[in-house]
Amino acid sequence: MIKIIDYKAGNAPSVKHAVTHLGIDAQFARSAVDLLDATHIILPGVGSAKATMDSLEEMQMLPMLEKLVLQEKKPFLGICVGLQMLFEYSEEGDQKCFGWLKGNVRRFDRDSVRVPQMGWNEVNFIDGDSGFFYFVNSYYATPFDPDDIWATTDYGGTFASAVRRGNIHGMQFHVEKSGEAGLALLRRFCSC
Amino acid sequence: MLTRRLIACFDIVEGRVTKAIQFQDNIDVAPADVLASEMYHAQIDELIFYDIHASSDKRLIDIETVKKVAARVFIPFTVGGGIKDLQGMYEALKAGAEKISVDSMAVRNPEIIKDGAKAFGSQCIVLSTQVKREADTVKFPSGYQVYIDGARTATGLDAIEWLKRGESLGAGEICLNSIDNDGTLGGYDIPLMKKAEAAVRVPLIASGGAGRPEHLSDVFTQTQTQAAIISSMLYSPRLEKNYTPQELKEYLSEKGVAVRPFM
Repeated sequence: MIKIIDYKAGNAPSVKHAVTHLGIDAQFARSAVDLLDATHIILPGVGSAKATMDSLEEMQMLPMLEKLVLQEKKPFLGICVGLQMLFEYSEEGDQKCFGWLKGNVRRFDRDSVRVPQMGWNEVNFIDGDSGFFYFVNSYYATPFDPDDIWATTDYGGTFASAVRRGNIHGMQFHVEKSGEAGLALLRRFCSC
Repeated sequence: MLTRRLIACFDIVEGRVTKAIQFQDNIDVAPADVLASEMYHAQIDELIFYDIHASSDKRLIDIETVKKVAARVFIPFTVGGGIKDLQGMYEALKAGAEKISVDSMAVRNPEIIKDGAKAFGSQCIVLSTQVKREADTVKFPSGYQVYIDGARTATGLDAIEWLKRGESLGAGEICLNSIDNDGTLGGYDIPLMKKAEAAVRVPLIASGGAGRPEHLSDVFTQTQTQAAIISSMLYSPRLEKNYTPQELKEYLSEKGVAVRPFM
């Protein structure tokens, strides 16, 4: 069963609508126990890094997530702030994150671009695919290891718009709100 | 490169889309979720819904309609109307909306912008503002005044000062509707958008006046405006010719405007 982590500031219902629309069963996970029968885990994201981390801590999700994702290698997808959570540290609210991937999360430079980045931007995957996806972000990840970069996008400079390491996936864009291109990518994750 | 967005805007009355001219004489068009789904498949970039009677009826936005739309439409959508506190925002977001538009409520209680941005993030809070040209530039230095309650009530606020305040309170996006141009089909208020883009750094949405494709290319080539609201052009039965998002995007591409390509 695909589990979508439903926390206070997240948009889990939108992600569930998209997965359900693909004809794939999904359930919300609101506690660590809910994750036990997960085949895939999705961490949706809106709001701030701190609000997300606080919610996850309050729900006591982190030890279970580490067990399932790092030890048992269940496929994991972090969306938007969910991607940012994968890294060690976020400038947003001076927040420590999961640290599953090496690197930090930085703010876009307000002097060179409008912040937040809001709208459809081109995502270029390292395998040569590309498409337009919907972004809403003021912060972006800077992976330390270039091998973790799955796709890049230009916004006042190139940034990592998707990351991947083994079973761990992150998408900075809102894959659940990126039309048919987003649905196709979400289907790929759910069938991996 | 970040592309410019075409946003379809729907005025909702009891779950159905209606169309008005300068805030009056609404005529019925279609059920909201049906039209939203059509627009989604036609590859519009984004949707905005206003529950236009929610505020005056003193009730929350029609959550059932928001839910129905969220189950069929996989692009961002914003909702507005009757949302006056964090609980209302929470319900609309949990029903599947991406963003909350605040308008009259924000003028009456600017703290709602701050509270919403703090609770859900700035990207969730769209400050929507109705503005009208003013000759009195002593009282209104920008030459525009903010109106609320469906453009019926003057606020005494200078438009640009209000936008700056909204940005500093945490609004993540600003939608500017020109009352003068609304429903005229004569084009967006470009001087207004130029003033706004010089005053704030958050993304801006132009609203009011679109009737022909060149109005879109005008606002996108002459200003930094990131998104434009279209409604009549897409579906108003009052217009002799409606345009599809595909036609509009192909037109804009020819004019050198970066848009999400029609696939």
